[in-house]
Amino acid sequence: MQERLKQKAIQLLENGTVDRILGWKTGEFFYDLTPAVFTTREQIEKDFVFNVFSGANLSKYLIAESRKGGKIAAFIKPCDSYSFQQLLKEHRIWRDNVFVVGVQCDGMCDAAKLGDGVLSVKEDGENLIVETLYGEKTVAKADALADRCASCKSKKIVIFDELIGEQGEETENDRFGEVARLEAMTPEERYEFWRGELSRCIRCNACRNVCPACSCEKCVFDNANSGVRNKAAADSFEENMFHIIRAFHVTGRCTDCGECSRVCPQNIPLHLLNRKMIKDINELYGEYQAGADMDTKPPLTNYTVDDCEPSIVHERGGL
Amino acid sequence: MQRVGVFVCWCGSNIAATVDVEKVAEVLGKEPGVVFSTNYQYMCSQAGQEMIQESIAKYNLTGVVICSCSPRMHENTFRKTCEKAGLNPYMVEIANIREQCSWIHKDKETATEKAVILGRAAIAKVHLNAPLTSGTSPVKKRALVIGGGIAGIQTALDIADAGFDVDIVEKEPTIGGKMTQIDKTFPTLDCAACILTPKMVDAAQNEKIHIYSYSEVSSVKGFVGNFKVTIKKKARFVDETKCTGCGLCTEKCPQKKVPNLFNLGLDNRRAIYIPFAQAVPKVATIDADYCTMLKSGKCGVCSKVCTAGAIDYQQKDAFIEQEYGAIVVATGFNPIKLDNYDEFAYSQSPDVVTSLEFERLMNAAGPTGGTLLRPSDGQHPHTIVFVQCVGSRCDDSKGKPYCSKICCMYTAKHAMLCREKYPDTDVYVFYIDVRTPGKNFDEFYRRAVEEYGVHYVKGMVGKVVPENGKLKVQASDLIGNQQLHIDADMVVLAAAIEPDKSARPLATMLTASMDTNDFFTEAHPKLRPVESPTAGIFLSGACQGPKDIPETVAQASAAAAKVIGLLNKDHLICNPCTATPDEMMCNGCSSCEKVCPYGAITYVDKEYRGPNRTTLIRRVAQVNPAVCQGCGACTVACPSGAMDLKGFSNKQIMAEVDAICR
Repeated sequence: MQERLKQKAIQLLENGTVDRILGWKTGEFFYDLTPAVFTTREQIEKDFVFNVFSGANLSKYLIAESRKGGKIAAFIKPCDSYSFQQLLKEHRIWRDNVFVVGVQCDGMCDAAKLGDGVLSVKEDGENLIVETLYGEKTVAKADALADRCASCKSKKIVIFDELIGEQGEETENDRFGEVARLEAMTPEERYEFWRGELSRCIRCNACRNVCPACSCEKCVFDNANSGVRNKAAADSFEENMFHIIRAFHVTGRCTDCGECSRVCPQNIPLHLLNRKMIKDINELYGEYQAGADMDTKPPLTNYTVDDCEPSIVHERGGL
Repeated sequence: MQRVGVFVCWCGSNIAATVDVEKVAEVLGKEPGVVFSTNYQYMCSQAGQEMIQESIAKYNLTGVVICSCSPRMHENTFRKTCEKAGLNPYMVEIANIREQCSWIHKDKETATEKAVILGRAAIAKVHLNAPLTSGTSPVKKRALVIGGGIAGIQTALDIADAGFDVDIVEKEPTIGGKMTQIDKTFPTLDCAACILTPKMVDAAQNEKIHIYSYSEVSSVKGFVGNFKVTIKKKARFVDETKCTGCGLCTEKCPQKKVPNLFNLGLDNRRAIYIPFAQAVPKVATIDADYCTMLKSGKCGVCSKVCTAGAIDYQQKDAFIEQEYGAIVVATGFNPIKLDNYDEFAYSQSPDVVTSLEFERLMNAAGPTGGTLLRPSDGQHPHTIVFVQCVGSRCDDSKGKPYCSKICCMYTAKHAMLCREKYPDTDVYVFYIDVRTPGKNFDEFYRRAVEEYGVHYVKGMVGKVVPENGKLKVQASDLIGNQQLHIDADMVVLAAAIEPDKSARPLATMLTASMDTNDFFTEAHPKLRPVESPTAGIFLSGACQGPKDIPETVAQASAAAAKVIGLLNKDHLICNPCTATPDEMMCNGCSSCEKVCPYGAITYVDKEYRGPNRTTLIRRVAQVNPAVCQGCGACTVACPSGAMDLKGFSNKQIMAEVDAICR
């Protein structure tokens, strides 16, 4: 797969379709692949990487890249394509300046699931051959899948100019199972759960910076004028409000790409907050997947006569 | 820093009895920026207003906080007061310590504490207030009346009389509404048709009135003075401009077994029909549910017999767009369905009828030609039992909690008419109370009892059982303290009335509020009874609450007066509290544009200076302040907080919340 992508990248550069390529290269560690822009054949041959760790969603980078002039090609996996389309819907990406190469995805792996002392990983069909400090071992790829990929919502690439590999379908999975488990808790238990999880937050802002839905010109948390910035710190336990405000801000626009949880250095399951919102929207306003198409009106910025009445909050045991 | 004056009103004892107004004034006087604080018995009185004006001059106030009743009540009063004293009217904030404090609390200490907090929030807000200036918007000099019953007709006639164009949208093929089905009217017993049909004709012939019959409102956009309405003209498969109303088609149509809804299904009509002889417009309509031509493509009789060539089987629903300055809701009522009242055997025997069905059975244009005959066997009934309050004054689970208001009087009318026409009939009326407040109403009821010998029995009917062609009625007589068993020939149920089903979706379109029973809510139950709280929407007739004909007509004319007052103005003063985007923070995402109910937001690509002498093109929101109504939906939808509302900025709201939580 990596070779096919490299060849396509070189071809697009050399036939003049684009002048830049957005892909991945190795970061600090071999499993820590980082988005990168390539402009020459040499760079691509040397640094371009695509493997089971190419989890990073490239869509958000296109907001800035598409405005730089010239044209850029980006490799977009199925779940990234939802983010890409959602950003198009919000007029954030200049479509004319982007060439989208859809890439089939069989799920990305989580290096943490491979154990300690991992030196390198090779793909071998359904298995990964893992070289560690303590010798070589074989791990089934299915066992090393990132959580978000284990409950993948769709293998379908919803928007592309060209496709590499097979087009997939939306998948059935239990991605709301964990949310349902949290909903079943008593409010006290749930509060304790989130206090526990969020107590680890170091406010590095990685979740916000990576989130394709968090693409404001100026984030309310960076804006002294917004009146929200200091509210995030209103409680001694400030991360409460930061993450809750953020979850509300992306509600209806979050495509559930799971990048927030992937980049969290403290392994906080932030995606659960967003999934709770998605689950609620589905239940209150009918099934809605952000970014699935260009036309469906998002339920929270659209009004229909059938919308649930506010009293539903009471019926569901809310305030 | 603003120089704020605080004025705490007692509202007589309305506030002062529950809130320690002196203490509120004293505590708020110590808030930052407050240079003067006082309390007074009636702040809205002339003396109170003069006190405010004098204080503005004396203390050089730049902001005023008035702790009083709801801003709905007196915000405008106090804005004008301050404007006269040279202050911008938008430098006034109201802390509602009456409706939201004194009226809902009993404990003086906690109520006082709350009043202080509410005052503090208003002070925090006024610190961030900025002077605002109102613009104006033009008024479209045309009114829409939704519903063509007696209420809608009267409203339309009065508006037209004042010289304004008015459109009536009626969902049925003819205007006239419920009154067309009624036989005689209380308390004068003149015939409904005799007094209604001339008005229908007046409406049809008035060149200022346009009637959209067999039509519905499908969407409403805009705001007071500038509503944009789409009217759906349902396909009636007859060209209205060609049909002469000769009625030949309605005689020749071979489909004879269509329940006649005008007679409430008591007889049949054809698939093509004119509801009744005096219908306006007198135009035939094809019932698509029954027409064989429309269903199977075979027939076409009406088309063949129509000499005017008016039949058009291909006709489609048409949509008409029209602009209005004001909208009047006159959607009326319906009797409730009696599914929950099987004890009265309504579904078991055709001789148990509702009062409206009874009207048809008494009506000369009804299925029996005005002779009272039992629906089951066409015989004269000799014993008739009337049951009042069927579904009225009931618990919510079964019927309606309210009194339907008209039933006592029409039942007295029915009983009286029966006795007059057929003196050999025994007439019983079972009631909980007889309510007859109205001019000449009680005299009318007493005549039924005293002159016509109607048996009024206080008590309810428990059960009606059809048996051997009779209706066995079991009832209690509370005054005689006995059980009654009556073998009746007919039972007439005074079913409760409820708002027409079309009212709820319409209220949603109009953003007009309704009560729990789906009656439209008035802006003030006593002082603004014909206006909806939504500006430019007016209420006429039973859509606002149960009403008899005299009351309906009075309210219809009142609503018309309000509409005329509005349409007489060339311009309306706009609310200056409009949305305004911070372009530098705008993402261009269109969320605000999508939620704007008024279409006030557009987007433009604008050039901005980027770093290093570069130029950036950014898509940013623009608000048309003449169209914006300041609802604030966009400020909530905006993810980056770029959209803000003048007079209700995010910062102001946050400052209020902070002040409350302090």
